[in-house]
Amino acid sequence: MILRLSNRACVLSGSARLKSTLSTFFDEMGKAGIVLKSASTGIFENLALEDWIHDRVDLQNRSMLLLWRNSPVVVIGRHQNPWQECNLPLMRRLGIPLARRRSGGGTVFHDFGNINMTFFTSKKKYDRHRNLKVVTRALKALRPDLDVAASDRFDILLNGHYKISGTAAKLGRTSAYHHCTLLCSVDRSILPSVLKSNTSEVIKSSATPSVPSPVKNLLDVDPTLDSNTIMDAIASQYSNEFGFDSPVIKVDPTHEGLMPGIHKMAQDLQTWEWIYGRTPKFSVCSSIVVEDVTIKLDMDIKNGAVEQCAMEIPENWLPSEMVNEFTSTLNGSKYCPNETAVLVAAFMRTVSMTADVAVKIHRLCAGVVSVM
Amino acid sequence: MATVITVRAPFAFMRRLVSARLHRHCCSKLQAACFVSRPHSYSLIAGQQHRFFRTSYVAARPVMQFKLSDIGEGIMEVTVKEWYVKEGDKVSQFDSICEVQSDKASVTITSRYDGIIRKLYYDVDSIALVGKPLVDIETDAGQGEGPQEDVVETPAISQEEHTHQEIKGHKTQATPSVRRLAIENNIKLSEVVGTGKDGRILKEDILNFIAGQTGAILPPAPFQEIRPPPPAAAAPSAPAAKPKEKMTPPSVPTPAIPKPVFTGKDHTEPIKGFQKAMVKTMSAALKIPHFGFKDEVDLSQLVQLRSELKGLAESRGVKLSYMPFFIKAASLGLLHFPILNSSLDENCTNITYKAAHNIGLAMDTNQGLLVPNVKNVQMLSVFELAVELNRLQTLGAAGQLGNADLTGGTFTLSNIGSIGGTYAKPVILPPEVAIGALGKIQVLPRFNHKGEVVKAHIMNVSWSADHRIIDGATMCRFSNLWRSYLENPASMVLDLK
Repeated sequence: MILRLSNRACVLSGSARLKSTLSTFFDEMGKAGIVLKSASTGIFENLALEDWIHDRVDLQNRSMLLLWRNSPVVVIGRHQNPWQECNLPLMRRLGIPLARRRSGGGTVFHDFGNINMTFFTSKKKYDRHRNLKVVTRALKALRPDLDVAASDRFDILLNGHYKISGTAAKLGRTSAYHHCTLLCSVDRSILPSVLKSNTSEVIKSSATPSVPSPVKNLLDVDPTLDSNTIMDAIASQYSNEFGFDSPVIKVDPTHEGLMPGIHKMAQDLQTWEWIYGRTPKFSVCSSIVVEDVTIKLDMDIKNGAVEQCAMEIPENWLPSEMVNEFTSTLNGSKYCPNETAVLVAAFMRTVSMTADVAVKIHRLCAGVVSVM
Repeated sequence: MATVITVRAPFAFMRRLVSARLHRHCCSKLQAACFVSRPHSYSLIAGQQHRFFRTSYVAARPVMQFKLSDIGEGIMEVTVKEWYVKEGDKVSQFDSICEVQSDKASVTITSRYDGIIRKLYYDVDSIALVGKPLVDIETDAGQGEGPQEDVVETPAISQEEHTHQEIKGHKTQATPSVRRLAIENNIKLSEVVGTGKDGRILKEDILNFIAGQTGAILPPAPFQEIRPPPPAAAAPSAPAAKPKEKMTPPSVPTPAIPKPVFTGKDHTEPIKGFQKAMVKTMSAALKIPHFGFKDEVDLSQLVQLRSELKGLAESRGVKLSYMPFFIKAASLGLLHFPILNSSLDENCTNITYKAAHNIGLAMDTNQGLLVPNVKNVQMLSVFELAVELNRLQTLGAAGQLGNADLTGGTFTLSNIGSIGGTYAKPVILPPEVAIGALGKIQVLPRFNHKGEVVKAHIMNVSWSADHRIIDGATMCRFSNLWRSYLENPASMVLDLK
């Protein structure tokens, strides 16, 4: 059975109507507060679950807390520029995917050592400080000596200095959600390198920048604190804080029957157009060195695609018509190393060139791709 | 159809309460197949008052200033991050207008009205103030098509209208005209799949739902085409052998078939990215005069060899398919027929015989056709080939093939048979001069040397070559050699370098 409940909740009876969805199930439960745990560790499935609850569940008289964790992934905020925020070539080599969430805020790295919490409320009851109190009080209930406190910027700081939680929020027409991370035992060896862009100096953009902060894991200060203990503590503190008698329900975000439309939501979040194409307009201005020749590269990127591309190349290195044809090949293409490689390969097949020109074009392509 | 009685005051534009009643619309003498509409759907909604406005096209339509409402948490200003609409766009109530950001919170601002955007007060990245105007919307009367054009239905208690079709927390978005259509046809909006933005239900969705229920597609307007009975005065010169025809009109009217309403639209988009690459490459390939040569290969022995070696390869961490054998056999063949591994220059004045056998492999990825190549096949063993193929396949699936792997090919094989098919007519990829397409391996009956019928694993190969420099005999001899290596894999051992 997809929904599994903890001891103190009601049982999903087999007589559930065929047409009932998760939403009607919540209505029938009649509880003012519900805690959910996602059974999935896939970022896109979990983000789709957030979307689904935000869009389809009636939150006017009910609030919810969703606890979820993901396999390693970098998540950027709604209006951010991934080329500015993280090291995409490193992520590709390590096989760490990139996701863009629908809420604002900065870039974070998730893995199994990070707990995500999403507080769903009506717009009227949207109160981020109160939500963060749930987290800090839960941690203090577990370990009274722990120095954790929320800051003005909705971060949670450990020992007044290390950031262990960041916040983002999304407000719709009638309801809102506030989600935050909690670093329990995240892999600190990858985190800093993956979140440091290799091309930020060459990019000019108005996208929301992230504010880098020193971070620490809760496990570093107390090796006995593990994610499951912390999640349980947060769930019960949630009930205490808001006066709910919340059952804890495990939800499988891939169950299309219970949540019609959720599969498409997950698909939409994985398209190139959403993850990369949603980047606000930016320009790239870089000098690349190929065969001891310095080449100036200027590109305007809109909706993740090259709107305009200009290159300053010494005439004796490559004839200007060749350069113009090369840049026109890139116009309109996605700002993506794979697509650039394919287009340049087609360019090299169809334009006749000598062997050494071919080598130059090949190296030029490598230089251009290095900023993508 | 609503009949509207209006009284307009002179010299001024005035809106008045009007009452409307739906009449049965009968368009012809025959009443039998008239579309039955609810005579008073509006008053069915108990306890609600409705005002109908008739707006004149002469006077200006009302322009509503839509102010940025309170975001909460005492926030007074936000940054406009993205506009979803521009001036002149038509919006419906609940459509998203823009996305604003404040202090890590992203807020979607939705429209309060149906209408046309007349003015945007902010550019992207400017600061917008709460309580100040965000957009101007001209609320118009042009909702829906046809007879409803003049009439704007604005229920006095708008909240209840919208919640009328909300089923227990399942919010369904639909404009008032769509909701009315649903009510008229006794449809629950929660059962209709919305195909509009944000899952909103459009008129087409209601029509399709009705079609699903009745097996026919009903027209939006209550109009039916009914064929009138053949006129009695037809064909005065009809032969006397059929006297009855003139006299008797049919007693039963011919069944009326409603005209299906197709709401699909053509969709045009520019060619870019991978498609552009393919268009460019294949257009250049047109210049090459292709000739084709097909043959059949008996792979029975190869199938057995591969099944014996598969386990060994896996223990070394490599997946062994048939491709490494096909590619290696091709390379061995190219040693004897180097003209198939050459390139013709643009003026067709020189042939360049390429030393390296960089054999390309046509790959179907989720973005389209990619042809990475394995470099220097002449120096690789079958196992090393399998390793390289694995690497290219993994990169291709992850969308990470680089320029180095995609260029420099001299000869190509396409294993289209892995998806399906027998014979093909592959297109040569310039600047190469030959290409082979491999069909699927089928188990078919064949005669062996003793004249007995045996089970054979048969695959068809389809070669294409550049007839400017390659003749049929060359292609045939190459194909025979390639075939002999595969039909008798032991012979490959003799010639392996």
